[in-house]
Order: sequence, then C-alpha cells, then structure tokens
Amino acid sequence: MELFETWALTLIVFLPLAGVLLLGLVPKANESALKAISLLITLAAFALSVALIFRFDFSGLPYNTYQFEVNETWIGAINANFHLGVDGISLPLLVLSTFIMVLSVIYSWNHWEEPRNPKAFLILMLILATGLNGTFVALDLVLFFIFFEVVLLPMYFMIGIWGDRTLRKIPGFGREVQTRLYAAIKFFLFTLFGSAFMLLGFLALYFESGRSGERTFDIPLLTDLGASGAFTGTFAFLVFAGMFLGFAVKVPMWPLHTWLPDAHTAAPTVGSVLLAAIMLKLGSYGFIRISLPILPEEAASWAPAIAILAVIGIIYGSLACLAQTDMKRLIAFSSVGHMGFVMLGIATLTDVGINASIIGMVAHGLITGLLFFLAGSISHRYHTREMSRLGGNMKLMPVMGGILAFTAMASLGLPGLAGFWGEFMSLIGSYNPLEGLSLGVFRTAMVLGAIGTVLTAAYMLYLLQQVNLGEPGEEWQGRQFHDVDRFEATAWVPLIVLIVVIGFFPKVIFNSTTDSVVSLVETVFNAETTASLGGG
Amino acid sequence: MTFEIDYLALAPELVIVGTMLAVFILDLLLTRPNKFWTATVAVAGTALAAVPLVILAAEGSTRSMFDGSYVVDEFAVILKGVFIVSAYIVLLMSHHYIESDRYYQGEYYFLLLSSVLGSLVMASARDLIILFIGLELTTGPLYLLAGWRKGDAKSNEASMKYFILGVLSTAVLLYGMSLLYGLTGEITFAGLAEATADMVDEPAVVVALFGLIVGFGFKISAVPFHFWAPDTYEGAPTPVTAYLSVNSKAAGFVAFLVVMYQALPGLSDIWAPALWILAAASMTVGNLAALRQTNIVRLLAYSSIAQAGFMLVPFAAAAVADADLAEAFSATLVYLVIYAVMNLGAFAVVIAGARKTRSGDIAGWAGLAQVDTRLAVLVAVFFFSLAGIPPLAGWFAKFAMFRSVIIAGGTATVVLAAIAAINSVIALYYYARVVKSVWLDDPVGEFAPDVEAAPAGSLRLALLVALAITVVIGFFPAIATFVGDASRVIASG
Repeated sequence: MELFETWALTLIVFLPLAGVLLLGLVPKANESALKAISLLITLAAFALSVALIFRFDFSGLPYNTYQFEVNETWIGAINANFHLGVDGISLPLLVLSTFIMVLSVIYSWNHWEEPRNPKAFLILMLILATGLNGTFVALDLVLFFIFFEVVLLPMYFMIGIWGDRTLRKIPGFGREVQTRLYAAIKFFLFTLFGSAFMLLGFLALYFESGRSGERTFDIPLLTDLGASGAFTGTFAFLVFAGMFLGFAVKVPMWPLHTWLPDAHTAAPTVGSVLLAAIMLKLGSYGFIRISLPILPEEAASWAPAIAILAVIGIIYGSLACLAQTDMKRLIAFSSVGHMGFVMLGIATLTDVGINASIIGMVAHGLITGLLFFLAGSISHRYHTREMSRLGGNMKLMPVMGGILAFTAMASLGLPGLAGFWGEFMSLIGSYNPLEGLSLGVFRTAMVLGAIGTVLTAAYMLYLLQQVNLGEPGEEWQGRQFHDVDRFEATAWVPLIVLIVVIGFFPKVIFNSTTDSVVSLVETVFNAETTASLGGG
Repeated sequence: MTFEIDYLALAPELVIVGTMLAVFILDLLLTRPNKFWTATVAVAGTALAAVPLVILAAEGSTRSMFDGSYVVDEFAVILKGVFIVSAYIVLLMSHHYIESDRYYQGEYYFLLLSSVLGSLVMASARDLIILFIGLELTTGPLYLLAGWRKGDAKSNEASMKYFILGVLSTAVLLYGMSLLYGLTGEITFAGLAEATADMVDEPAVVVALFGLIVGFGFKISAVPFHFWAPDTYEGAPTPVTAYLSVNSKAAGFVAFLVVMYQALPGLSDIWAPALWILAAASMTVGNLAALRQTNIVRLLAYSSIAQAGFMLVPFAAAAVADADLAEAFSATLVYLVIYAVMNLGAFAVVIAGARKTRSGDIAGWAGLAQVDTRLAVLVAVFFFSLAGIPPLAGWFAKFAMFRSVIIAGGTATVVLAAIAAINSVIALYYYARVVKSVWLDDPVGEFAPDVEAAPAGSLRLALLVALAITVVIGFFPAIATFVGDASRVIASG
C-alpha cells in the first residue's frame, strides 16, 4: 500500500488538528458528540501508529535511515522541508504518545475539573496531540522546533484554566496568587527561555551546514555532516550549549527543573498525565535525535557534565520526594529522579545506556502517567492530596489501593515490571561508558545512582504507607467511597498490562530500538558495541 | 529630463487621490445621517486601488519615472500592497468607531487617505526629496487625527506631543538631508551611494547621519526617540493608534532602511553601531516598560517600541558584521509584513474588547472568555502571535530575524542575538498577561450586553482578514518569504 507509506505519519500528526476544526463546529452543550469525536480521532491516530509497527522494517537498517518518510518543500526560501519519518528510536515513543492520548480522552469522559468546559479542554488536548506526535517524527529542525513549541499554548491554558485554585504565597510577591496562575506562566517562561536558545543553536547549525544556497535544516543530512566532523570547536560548543538549554529545561534536568513540581502539581489530572507521560520525553528525545548524532564530539565532552547533573537530579529528586506532604507533588518530584536515570543513560553514549534511556522513557510514561491518574482520582474522592489526612485507602477503596500499590512498585523499579529496565541498564551502562569518557565520573555516578534507587524505593514505600496503609482517618469514618469506575478501569487496565508485559518482555521495546541504537553508537561514536542486550 | 508619465504605474496613487476627492465632495453634499457613505466610498476606493497593484505585480516589470527618482518595481509593489491591505483593515476598524461617536467623518477619511497616499509615494521614492515628501505626507495628517477626540484632554495631549516632537524631528531630518546634498550635490540614492562611498572620514557626514538617524528614529519610535509614542497611542482614537503603530511606522522603517541601504552603504561603519544601539535599547526598554503597564493600549504602545527593536536587529547585525545586507533587508521586511497584520489584529480586538468590557485596563478584561469565547480566542491568537509562539505567524518573523543574525556571524551580532532571545522571553510575559486576564481570571466587573457591544460588521471583517492571514502565514510561511524575495530586487539595483 503505497498510500499508507506516504500518508501514515502526516495523518497521525494532523488528524488531531483536523479534529480541532471539527470540534469547533459542534456546539458546547453537545458533550457526548464532542467526546465521541475526540475519542474517534485519537483512536484513529493510535490505530495508524499501531499499523506502523506491523509495516515497520525491523531488519536492522543502519542509523539515519527512516521509514514512512515524507519530504516536501515547505519554506523554499530557507530550504526548510516538511520532512517526517520514523526509525526504531522514535517508533516506541510515537506509539506511546498516541496511546496515552486515547487513554486520556477515556479518562476525561466523566472527570471534568472546574470550570468544566469539555469543548475547550478537548480542543486543547487535540492540539497538544499534534505537537507531541509531530515532535517525535519531525526530521527537519524548523519543523521540530514548531512542534516542540506548539505544545506550549495548550498546556499553558490547561494548567491556567483547569489548574489548582488554592492560594499560595510566592516569595517576592506581595499578594497571594492562585497556584494555577503562577505555575502556568512559570512553565511557559522556562520552556520558552530554553527554546529561544535552542532555536539559535539550530540556526547556527544551518549556517554552518554549507555555503549560501546549500544550507539545510534537514536532520538526516546534518547527521551525516556531523559524523564527518563538520561541526567542531567553539562553534560546536556554543551550539550544543544552546540546544542543551532547550532540551534540559524540557526533560527537566537539575537545576532547570523548578517549573516541573509547580506545573505538574497545579495541572488538572489529564494535564499532569500528558506532561509527565509524553511531554518530558520531548527533551530527552531531542538529545538522542539531534544533539548526539549531529555533534558527537561535543556530546562526548559534555557527557560527564550531563552525567553529573543527572545524578544530582536523581538524588535531589528522591530527597525532595521524601520531604513532600502533598501526594501529587511527591509524584511530580519523582519525575525529576526518573528522568535523571534517562539522562544518565544517554550520557554514557553507549548502546546499553541509550537503550536504557528509551525504555526508561516508555516505562516512565506508562508508570508515572498511571500514578498521576491515580493521584487525580484519589484527590477527586477525598478532596485533598495531603498525605497526612489520607491513609487507610486500602480499606476504603481496595481496588484503587491495589492499583496504587502495583504502580508504586513499578515506579521504584521492581524487577519484572517496566520501571526496572531503565534504571538497571543505565547503571550498567555507566559502569562502562563510551571509551574515552572518564571512568571515575561515570562509576561514581553509578554508585550514586544505585543509592538513588534505594531512595526511590524509600519514597514510594513512604507514599504507600501514608496513603494506603493504616486506618482511615476520623473524618472519613462512615463515608462511602466509589471505588474505580468503568472509565477509570478502561483507561488504566491497558497501562497495567503494558507495565507487566514490558517488565517481562523488554524485547518488545528493544526489538525496535536496539538496531538503531547500536548503529547510532557505531557510526557516530565509532565505538565497539556490546550489542544484543535483550534484543535483536 | 523626460517627464513621461506612466499612468499604470501611478494608478494606485491616482485611485487613492480620486477617492480622497470623492470623499471630500460627498461630505459636502450628504446630510448628517447619511455621512456613513463617506466611509463606504473610502473602503471601496482603497480596495479598488489594489486592482492596478495586482496587474503591476502580475506583470513584474520595473517602471521608472522622472530620471529614476520614482520607481515601481517588485519591491515597491509589494510594499504598496502591504500599505493598502493594512489601510483597508484600519478603515474597516474606523467605520463604526468614528460613526458612533459623531466625529467629522468626511474629514477623517480624507486625512487618513492622504496619509495612505504618502506611504504609497514613499514606497516608490528613490531620491531624498520624494522620500521626504512621501514621509511627511504620511505623518502630517496624523498630527490632526491623533487629536480627533476633541472633547478628551488625553487626545489633545496626544496630538500636541506628537506634533511638537514630530516637527522637531522632521526639521532635524531635513537638516541631515540638506547636509548630504550640500556635501555631494546628489539627491538620488544611486548618486549618493557613489558620492559617499569614500567619505567615511568626512566629519560633516557624521552630522548628516546623526540628523537622519534622529529623524527616522522618531518615525519608528525607537528608543531613545520614543517618548511621544505611549501618550499619543493612548490618547488617539484606537483606529488611528493602529494606523500609527503599523502604517506610519512601517513607512518610516522602509524609508530608514532604504536610505541607509541604497544611498549610504559606504558609510555603514558610522551608522551600523548606532543601529545596533537603537535595536538593543528599543527591545530592552520597550519590553521592560511594557511589563509595568496596566492599560492595554499603552501596553501595545510599548510592545510596538520593542517590536521596532526586533525589526532593527537583522539590519544592525548585518551592518556591524559587514555581512550581506540583502539578507537582513529581506528579514526586516518579512518581520514588518507579519507585524503589520498581527498588530492590526490586536488593535481590532482591543476595539471590540473595549466595547464589551467597557474598559481599557487589562484588569478590566478579566474573565472575558466566560462571556465571549470567540473574542477571547482572538485575543489569544493575536497576542501570542505578537509573542512569537508557533504556529501563529509571529514565529516566522522572529525566526527570520534570528536567522539573518546568525548568518551575519561575529561577536557583536551573537551578543545582539542573545539580547533578542532574552527579550522575546520578557515579551511573552506581558503578552501572556493579557491572555491570562481574559482566560484565566474571574470576571470583576459587568460586561456590556451583546446588543450594544457586538462588533460591527466592518470590524468583524477586519478581524477575520487579520485572523486568516495570521494563521495561514503561521502554517505556510513561504507566503511571507515571497516579500523577502521581492526585496532582493532593490538589492540588485
């Protein structure tokens, strides 16, 4: 089917946007039509991305070959093209993105936070879907930048309109402000600050990519140039620094993470889920897709610094979790720690490490997504997220409590569940980083990371103990709580299944990623690879 | 000397002149309740002026008159197109505004069209005299229009400030021009370029350039020549403010850059650093001042000062780095075109919103989204577009600017790029503040009922045109690069 090959990616990216127009025509009051359209659109995008898996060529193509490519002239004057394509690295992330989107629509079905307005909320979700899906398949720097930025607006509105309305004292401001207002603009400013410098980096690459008239924003072409050593010296350093700012804010890496706890905590449930499950991955994906292959020398010289920041993130995130009293904020901080493992894996510049980071991203998407769903549903019932007031949830809502226990176990990296592979392998990877990288730094990082896994276990168990165990507090005595309803169940069961499946058969991810990653490391970093860990 | 007149080349100007006269005569004949016909004629005439432009554009040839002093090439045609489209939008915005307050309608349109005529002339000017006439014809009527709300002290203040400072700067500008003429004996751009090529060491040239930069700096309200702008913008009737911040600013910009670029490229060692400072100062001061504004029009005033800074960036960077000026020129024009559309959209939204909320304060707009979603969406679109957030048109303006800076290379330009990058983050904060008020805050005051607040048909059309262009260019910026390409015509000749 020639038609599918050329149109699949375009459809996956732009179907949601078409859905936005469609939703615009439906009157606000007709909620069931709005929901049905959104569900159909997201399902269609998901179905297409699953169809990609079946038609994907897993025969071990070398890095920098992409499938289902589209490459059309877009802005001729600056040689920016509408270039889309997937490889083994982006495929799992694309599927994750379309998948979480479907579940978010299902969960939203009867969970509307004040001030309701499902029409606006669904429109924002679909715009978000276009940005997220697009970032994972864009193969042109300008296009990548656009998709990367498109997610800002809907997320700003999601946090700002449906977010947490409690008043909060912000240092430096006279009045108390509502948390949502503070969090929304903070998120926006941080991300825009990073991406302004990222754009400068992209433009600099473009400028160095050839003489006038031959310059290009094309990622595959730039990757070839990068591998042949076209970008070096101070220039490459500055470009890497610019892109680092953009990606590191998004990941987020310590010390640029401070927007995250605020944004995740203030966002409505679905907003938190999409932020944690997909949006954070845009940053780490950017490192793998753009920074590493195009600027390999710089990547090698920045790697120890990235590893150190990643480990600080792991330790700091975990310690911060232990100090939280708010359940949702605890989960938010846990993302800082988990993304630290992802970045540590990337920093090793080895096939093991990068594989670890990708499976880590997928696992974090599933697990933390589910945790935020749970946090949303629990606080929806108790009308509080203060862990000191919760407790005994297991007795009041056994099913919900059970799922929470399961997910917390997955999050702390219990072997047999999805979270294990990312943490474990990135630690292995940092025992043996790319040749030439400082062994001292990486082995220290490994040890500290290992301590981080213990801390992760500590705060997850602390969360369970606070929320699930013990006797329900006085205030809940005699109250009836509705346990998991059918929309929640429909949204969560697929996540649980996947967490188990990936836990037992990490091959489902490695099958897709290993060849690309091995080839990336071999061609870009000229390194021997240990190959075939878990995959094919 | 030949004085053959090419009527097709002059057709847009002639149509505007005809419309002006028609409006003038009609105003004498019509009775008071029927004065609205003057507006209709003005709008129709402006639309009609676009017809010969389309023919000229399709033909694509260069027509030159009066010994090369008046040229209609691709570049001029595109600029005239921009001026006419934005004048058209402003006229649509004015219609209801001017009619409902019983101002002098006929005179209003007559003066506004004179100003449009000036900008059309300016776009074709290739010598200092015609350029000066065009430029003054653009600004002159605006001194009057700024004070159109006679009963309002603020409007009088606006007019007065604008007039005094405007006349002063015009004098300085003219002085600079006369010095140039005295030094070289040339008034055409081509002649000046040749004559000034090796005059960098001539002290009088510095004085002449100083005069030009001050004069043009005033027209584009670049810091430190911006002091008139916020007060004038706030006091003038809002459609006039829109016109000031778009058409007259664009005219000043084009005049400024064309003179520097075509007539005085040899002196770039002198004017380049000055432009660099103007750009950096305008961005930073404009943005920082905008942060503190509570009135939405004043906010747009400071934002337009900052935007002028962004527009100067490519040119300043390229000149400082001795890089290709053609690239910078096209980036500035792309920026200008996109800015024109989104800023007009923002002002149209302000007019509609002020009716609905009965307030010019940002705080008074709180909760607008809850009563009028469509208007609130428009607020978000135009203000985020001004902030440069994709996928709205503004992103490509910023992108083109950064691109040309990076291509210029060099330390001074990288510093300028960094200043611009930081400023674009600051700018987001205050643009987002308006959106926040509209979407995220709860209503504080009463809104006007729909019967009296619904935007008039003409205003709706203005909004629709601006919205369509903003969104379409956002997705297909190739349309805007066409403008940039046209500017290469002027680069080659």
